[in-house]
Amino acid sequence: MSDTIAAISTAIGESGIGIVRMSGKNALNIARGKFVSIKGDNFKIENRKLSYGHIVDNDHIIDEVLISFMKEPYTYTRENMVEIYCHGGIIPVKKILELLLNSGARLAEAGEFTKRAFLNGRLDLSQAEAVIDMIKSKTDKSFEVSLNQLEGSLSNKINEIRDLLLSMIAHIEVSIDYPEEDIEEITYEDLEKDSNIVKEKIKALLSTADRGKILRDGLNTVILGKPNVGKSSLLNAILRENRAIVTDIPGTTRDIIEEYVNIDGIPLKVVDTAGIRDTDNLVEKIGVDKAKSIVEDADLIIAIFDVSTELSDEDIEIIDLIKDKKTIILLNKTDLQSLYDKDYFKKYIKNMHIISTSITNGIGLDILEDSIRDMFYSGEFNIKSDAIVTNLRHKNQLEKALKNIESVLNDLKAQVPLDCLEVDLKNCWENLGEISGDSVGEDILDRIFSEFCIGK
Amino acid sequence: MKDVKHYDAGEYDIVVIGAGHAGVEAALAGSRMGMKTIMLTMSLDSIVALSCNPNIGGTGKGHLVREIDALGGEMAINIDKSFIQSRMLNTSKGPAVHSLRVQADKRKYHTEMKKVLENEPNLTLRQGEVVDILIEDSQVKGVLTRTGAIYKAKAVILCTGTYLGGRVYIGEVNYQSGPDGMFPSILLSDSLKNKGLKLRRLKTGTPARVHRDSIDYSVMEVQPGDEEIIPFSFLNMDKKFDIEQVPCYLTYTTDKMHEIIRNNLYRSPMYAGEIEGVGPRYCPSIEDKIVRFPDRDKHQVFIEPEGLSTKEMYVQGVSSTLPEEVQLEMYKHIIGLENVKFMRTAYAIEYDSIDSTILKLNLEHKEIKNLFFAGQINGSSGYEEAAAQGLMAGINATLNLKGKEPFILDRSEAYIGVLIDDLVTKGTNEPYRMMTSRAEYRLTLRQDNADLRLTEKGYKIGLASEERYRKTMEKKKAIENELERLKSIIITPTSETNEILRKLGTTDLKSPISLYELIRRPELKYDDLIIIDSNRPKLVREIRLQVETQIKYEGYIKKQMIQIEQFKKLENKRLNIDEDYTNIKGLSNEAKQKLNNIKPYSVGQASRISGVSPADINVLLIYLEQKRRSEKKSV
Repeated sequence: MSDTIAAISTAIGESGIGIVRMSGKNALNIARGKFVSIKGDNFKIENRKLSYGHIVDNDHIIDEVLISFMKEPYTYTRENMVEIYCHGGIIPVKKILELLLNSGARLAEAGEFTKRAFLNGRLDLSQAEAVIDMIKSKTDKSFEVSLNQLEGSLSNKINEIRDLLLSMIAHIEVSIDYPEEDIEEITYEDLEKDSNIVKEKIKALLSTADRGKILRDGLNTVILGKPNVGKSSLLNAILRENRAIVTDIPGTTRDIIEEYVNIDGIPLKVVDTAGIRDTDNLVEKIGVDKAKSIVEDADLIIAIFDVSTELSDEDIEIIDLIKDKKTIILLNKTDLQSLYDKDYFKKYIKNMHIISTSITNGIGLDILEDSIRDMFYSGEFNIKSDAIVTNLRHKNQLEKALKNIESVLNDLKAQVPLDCLEVDLKNCWENLGEISGDSVGEDILDRIFSEFCIGK
Repeated sequence: MKDVKHYDAGEYDIVVIGAGHAGVEAALAGSRMGMKTIMLTMSLDSIVALSCNPNIGGTGKGHLVREIDALGGEMAINIDKSFIQSRMLNTSKGPAVHSLRVQADKRKYHTEMKKVLENEPNLTLRQGEVVDILIEDSQVKGVLTRTGAIYKAKAVILCTGTYLGGRVYIGEVNYQSGPDGMFPSILLSDSLKNKGLKLRRLKTGTPARVHRDSIDYSVMEVQPGDEEIIPFSFLNMDKKFDIEQVPCYLTYTTDKMHEIIRNNLYRSPMYAGEIEGVGPRYCPSIEDKIVRFPDRDKHQVFIEPEGLSTKEMYVQGVSSTLPEEVQLEMYKHIIGLENVKFMRTAYAIEYDSIDSTILKLNLEHKEIKNLFFAGQINGSSGYEEAAAQGLMAGINATLNLKGKEPFILDRSEAYIGVLIDDLVTKGTNEPYRMMTSRAEYRLTLRQDNADLRLTEKGYKIGLASEERYRKTMEKKKAIENELERLKSIIITPTSETNEILRKLGTTDLKSPISLYELIRRPELKYDDLIIIDSNRPKLVREIRLQVETQIKYEGYIKKQMIQIEQFKKLENKRLNIDEDYTNIKGLSNEAKQKLNNIKPYSVGQASRISGVSPADINVLLIYLEQKRRSEKKSV
């Protein structure tokens, strides 16, 4: 276990500082490659001393940081460790982590620092069980996250590329293992053509990996509900509790106002429809089409219902509008006599977060914020900006896949034998498989036997 | 049946049941490693019968033969004595997939092997049908034959092939039978079931044999052997093979033949659902090919001689389960076979096999001590696959009896390792055939370096001979010396040198470069560069080939070596094969169940079991460390 791992070790969110940590043989070298001290010296990293400077990527400053190096074996993992203290929020830590990963570190698995600490003798025996529990829970969670993310367009795209790779591999394998069969031998031209398709598709996916857009623009959030249900109270409550980045930016029409708020580092652009502050019927006022298009454009809808009154036609209209959208339902005014509850409401809408609130009393708002955070980090949002790849682990795998397919293309040009260039082709296929969680195994043989008539 | 009176027929270290390709390697390995061994067979006339095709080797399989040889097995030596045509396949591809494949003289292959067996000092050859395995206290004690003989034994190796519970199918006709008209082994099958072994049905098939003079070769494509003959055995590398090779012929099926098959499909027991056994996908019957690929208007048919002492010809590509009368009709519609005369009918054979995941990596039963299994009974298919397992079973039975550590090759060391790990860790649903694509580390597991990879190991366990070991060490040294020499010779860019290089189809040198570096250029060959390398030592072909391969593919091989290093880390983390995983906290229930079932030998093997997740592997690693430390404490 001598390779170097890296991870963000502070909770992702709106905190004052963020810490990115590395452990392994090359930790110091990797850090030296990307750190420039304030005096312009990148070798100024000394054991157990804090150095002040910048993390740079090709002369471009990523962030102002403090960096510390701890020499083995007197560290948490008993390996060389580097910690980089940067600004909080999502962007600096992620950028720094990505930079380290591109410089030879590997993204740490769930609980891997602790695992190394244990395996290297740092933790005592009684802690072993705790270590197992921790690794289990973290792995389960990250597994859940990737599963969620994969339901959408990413898995389709990955499978599309893998399918093409698989048929290339199957054709190569059948040419190698069945040289005397009556099948068309695969040509280098075919392989080059297909490899280029693979390469372009991976590149296209990677280009969506930039979360910059969503982080710049915020999650497009709409608050819906009939008059007097508590929309403005909610908006005010969120604005009060959270730092408003910008307020009162006029929208494209005079009817719409956008508010920017930040919940635990997740920027929300709350589209404040005119209906929110009026007592008019939203749908009637701005028209069904307009209402639909607002809902259509939303990344997140917060729909509020008043449990102290019966569900009205207007409520039903709203339910119809939001049916297939990422929505959090608030059943508000629980401080009054409730006429219906969550279970009743589930008859109308399934698979949504439903939270009971009393906004004026500040009850349930913390649960709302938790839900938004969970949805964001588990990749539940289908971000309108085509940001299909939102998970750093996925991005990392895609980058490896890209390197491998590029090396295949080089090999093809150099007319390297099939069995040699197949190695990188298979690696590329496996890189992508790690995103979708599919393993190697019999797939190749199944493909060979279904596509080619072979065997004597 | 009346009770047979049993009698004591003697005491042996090892009893091998079956004298096919697995059985003979097992018996020879055992006896050569000093075990008093007896091999029991249904018929001494069918020792190493090539019951299906007359070939040895091919892709993946040729690699296995070389590995068997490198360890001190007999297959390669025997085929070198009895081949009648030799070809190296895949020469247009990289060296890792070059595959030697030869035509065997079936009768000679049998006779030569029988001679070897008869002359082996520690080995007894005996015709007899084993009907029961004697087991006491979960430990094997011997075997009983049909005629009442009890052979006491410390270890038993089952190599039953297609004899075990064999049933032959030809159209509507089916009957209990071994391969090629031999008796089946029915009672043994019952006895194994009574011992609680779960048996399942597998199936394989073989085409008709036809008379050589009834074929019109003028309409076929002749397939001659290679001009340069390369032997299988590393011991024969410097030997001259002065034999006249016999050609094979390529022809095709026709539309009319396909029509006959389609019209009679309902008479095939496969399609009528009478056969429950699963057949191999890479050995489809002609019916299968026509049903699964209806757009193909013709399929290849190879006509191959069965030997020099017979006029029987093997019709490769047309195995069938259709009735005999349909076979006779359809074979006539193969181009050149219009007047064909049948000598043997094509048939399918169904037989019993075990679920190979009940075995340890040394091919021993997990619960019954010193009971070993090899070949088709383990779900594999092919002479070479069988021989490889037989060899390993023979070696490991011996090591068990000597109280030594098992001999296990991992997936990065040999195709044999891939074969056994696949069978034991993953199991198989169809007869398992080796293919190079099954090996993750194909570039390093070449057929040309099997001796460099394995002979030292074979020597250390006491099987590979002194002569073999010495030869391999000399070869190793010669390769190293030559690589060093090539690194030390610097070529300077003179005008003469550049002119030579241009003639060889490459570009000019701009700065001085070592000969080693120069050979890396894809367009240059080691042999060609002798023009600018006047002091080159005289080296045999296989050493020159090694040198060239190691230089040209160094980059790729290094990449693979890094992967192998990663792989080895988990492989070297040994698990206790008696471990009870139920009590390890943190493992998923599915993992506990699968781990208890397979009882892996290492964390690496555990990671290849389906249903064991990376998180479970982490749990195992921590568990191992926990155990190591508490053991250290208690010492």
